[in-house]
Amino acid sequence: MRYLTDRKRAVGMGSAKSGTAHFWAMKVSSVALLILVPLFVLTFGSILGAPYQEVLAYYQRPFPAIVAALTLIVGLEHFQSGAQVLIEDYVHGTAEKISIILVKCLAYGMMATGLFAIAKLAL
Amino acid sequence: MADVNRGNRPLSPHLTIYRPQLTSITSILVRITGNALIVGAFLVIWWLLAASTSPENFAIADGVIRSWFGKLVMLGSIWALWYHTLGGIRHLIWDNAVGLDLPTAYKLGWALVIGSFVLTVITVIAL
Repeated sequence: MRYLTDRKRAVGMGSAKSGTAHFWAMKVSSVALLILVPLFVLTFGSILGAPYQEVLAYYQRPFPAIVAALTLIVGLEHFQSGAQVLIEDYVHGTAEKISIILVKCLAYGMMATGLFAIAKLAL
Repeated sequence: MADVNRGNRPLSPHLTIYRPQLTSITSILVRITGNALIVGAFLVIWWLLAASTSPENFAIADGVIRSWFGKLVMLGSIWALWYHTLGGIRHLIWDNAVGLDLPTAYKLGWALVIGSFVLTVITVIAL
């Protein structure tokens, strides 16, 4: 038995103080995706299945290219934030830290790859 | 003041303790669909990258995405996308502390399930 008060035991053991910012970022990106997702489904869905030359011409137009780029940026940002919470809930210790780093590498790697592809197609 | 047990205490989310209900199943499905969407995103980004590099690469990626397996993944992704989107709307509603009573929560749950399938059918027919 250690003679510590409950307060003394709790000080310094709390959250990282970033919970509200994380919650708000998820909320803002989710509202953005409410607009972006239907637009992306509409644009991507209407060109999927078309021949190569038509796909090139389609993504040279500003609207489909900008919608695709924004959807990838906001969508993957939203994903890495949500996947982090998933890992924090089910994985603990060193595996938790490694998993969070890996999932962020995956999300930002995919984001960069997608943006490179869209830029190359558009220009 | 007592030295509480800090070891083997139960940790959330207590998946094995509660009986599955509409509310809990629709909730966990929001998480599963959201995270599973990375597979569809991977296919879409591969397709875009292939289109931006060469006609040969495009033929491969386009072939995979339009194969029966690719179509299955895309169909599942469309459903997951609409389900997760409706689930997100439900969270935005709940964030205002409304709709949290049981009858409303059940109505929202069924709206989520039925709405996601309706939107999937509309998407497949329209595109």
